[in-house]
Amino acid sequence: MLRESVTEHGTADLLEDFVQLLKPDGSRVANPTFDTWVADVTDEQLVSLYEDMVVVRRIDAEATALQRQGELGLWAPLLGQEAAQIGSARALRDDDFIFSSYRENAVAYCRGVALTDLLSMWRGHSHGGWDPYTVNMAVPAIIIGAQALHATGYAMGIKAEAADSVAITYFGDGATSQGDVNEALVFAASFDAPVVFFCQNNQWAISEPVGVQAKRHISERAPGFGIPSMRVDGNDVLAVMAATRIALDRARGGGGPTFIEAVTYRMGPHTTSDDPSRYRTKDELEEWKGKDPITRLEALLESTGALSDEVRARVKAKADAVAGELRQGVISMEDPHPLSVFDNVYAEPHSWLERQKSQYAAYLETFEGDER
Amino acid sequence: MTTTTTTQLTLGKALNSGLRRALADDDRVVLIGEDIGALGGVFRVTDGLQAEFGETRVIDSPLAESGIIGTAVGLAMRGFRPVCEIQFDGFIYPGFDQIVAQVAKLHYRTRGHVSMPITIRVPYGGGIGAVEHHSESPESYFAHTAGLRVVTCSTPQDAHTMLRQAIASDDPVLFFEPKRRYWAKGEVDEDIADALPLGKARVVREGTQVTLVTYGPLVATAIDAAAAAEDDGVSIELIDLRSLSPIDFDTVEASVRKTGRLVISHEAQQHGGIGAEIAASITERCFNWLEAAPARVTGFDTPYPPASLEEHFLPDLDRMLDTVDRVLGRPNSLSNWEA
Repeated sequence: MLRESVTEHGTADLLEDFVQLLKPDGSRVANPTFDTWVADVTDEQLVSLYEDMVVVRRIDAEATALQRQGELGLWAPLLGQEAAQIGSARALRDDDFIFSSYRENAVAYCRGVALTDLLSMWRGHSHGGWDPYTVNMAVPAIIIGAQALHATGYAMGIKAEAADSVAITYFGDGATSQGDVNEALVFAASFDAPVVFFCQNNQWAISEPVGVQAKRHISERAPGFGIPSMRVDGNDVLAVMAATRIALDRARGGGGPTFIEAVTYRMGPHTTSDDPSRYRTKDELEEWKGKDPITRLEALLESTGALSDEVRARVKAKADAVAGELRQGVISMEDPHPLSVFDNVYAEPHSWLERQKSQYAAYLETFEGDER
Repeated sequence: MTTTTTTQLTLGKALNSGLRRALADDDRVVLIGEDIGALGGVFRVTDGLQAEFGETRVIDSPLAESGIIGTAVGLAMRGFRPVCEIQFDGFIYPGFDQIVAQVAKLHYRTRGHVSMPITIRVPYGGGIGAVEHHSESPESYFAHTAGLRVVTCSTPQDAHTMLRQAIASDDPVLFFEPKRRYWAKGEVDEDIADALPLGKARVVREGTQVTLVTYGPLVATAIDAAAAAEDDGVSIELIDLRSLSPIDFDTVEASVRKTGRLVISHEAQQHGGIGAEIAASITERCFNWLEAAPARVTGFDTPYPPASLEEHFLPDLDRMLDTVDRVLGRPNSLSNWEA
């Protein structure tokens, strides 16, 4: 189940050397070890996962549209990574704590982050947007891989308190080249920290293919740190959920950290500022469209009769409603007050900053009455 | 009736007693750093603390500065108050990103929802005959960074008091320890209820003709310089800055309005340094009171030199007094110097 050592067969070109429970055509693959971890998932729950994935894809599309219309400065689409994010996030307990990068919009959605809070960063109204403690999810880290250390430290704190919560950190294939991720693996292993390293290998770090970051499977690195790992089909919501549950269970039981490599694909650009046509082929995208995470779950649900027209219509209505709420929330966001630039730099008073603030306030007052 | 809590301690031992008090007073305080456990730190500042408080609260970390700071961020988010030890000034750079991009900014990033009560202890400065990376003064990098507080102590009492105040602060504090003064002795009172607040400068010696501003390891040098100046009939008002972010400009301003002359001294390189900021800010605030242009006496804009050259790099009593002569218009080394 868990890879404890570096194997002989893990060259990076063997993409599908992973655990898969749900094939792209929607048929189930039997896997006695992993199946037991999702055996309790009912048709109803599968429909719920399907709904999540459809809704977050709709959020993604709406946010991209809002960016194109000038309502957002930037957006980092998760298109194609819905199963990796929903399957893992839905495996978590409310008291588990998430440290993510900036593409985990579906994870934030699962955590109940308000849509306007999620979007305020991309509209340029905040650098983060939400209160991490109300949803047990830190605001996104933009510096690549920095959050892996935060999760590890948080998990060291959990362990010191003898609590059974788990910290989970999300990062991409590019981040695995960063020192911080590697240092996090060292610290997590040394202190048996209850942390899950969840790597979404989406094949691309902006324009650089994963081969620039890793000559062998990323999941093979973890055993060298003393951390067992799993490599799963990241477009298979069941395999992702099973792997995450295994890792969480290990952590809660005092087993320490686990590393999951979820093999997925960033079907969209890195951000709305990116142009993937400069560095990858249409054929590659078409190939991955054939492995779409939503399509395969849809096929499974159709085969079992769980996806009636009525359910389909309900899910679509939900997605449309969320998108409408998102759009309305973004457009009606109030501009922050100019002097709020000085807010929350420090928790306690700071003499020279207060002086700068009062001086800028005096400057602004010279425009009173102007149309400015 | 008050009980006497004063003892004679070295600056290093005063830090140790400050850490012990912080650990005893608040069970959310944890120490993390390299060799701080059984060894007690390379300067013994954490001596005996792991034995007393256990390995969960005094943590020997892997050798990774970014890891030390980054895990402290996570611990802080979980509600702990981490005190990180960076072994030497020149070792802080691998942790620089976590300090300036995470520790400094998380309160702002989260619109005040998250606080970063992290203290980062850094032995700094030269004068100990060390190899490269063991004598630097990197305080300006951090004073330049919004979201951080930067302080430094010069006496055993301040070492003890300011460290406890830093740990109690809900803001991140870079705590620079003048390593060549670790063995300086002084009275330390553990009752710090009425102590000077963390962000305030202290007038060490009152004077009328020149304001000499310095901090950390050079305060002792400046005390000697002021005494020597007095013998020469020159009255120096000496200010120990203590806090480099924020700088207590009000105290400096009040002094310069009295003396009309300002000299700033630090070991760190001159360009873009604390002295530059003080010269500019005080010129803005006190232009009409100044009798001479503010002057700096600092380390040179070179890398910290090999040990056999450090006496030339480090400001000493004579260079301080030469600069005092300059602002007084008395003969000095630059009297005949033309640009």
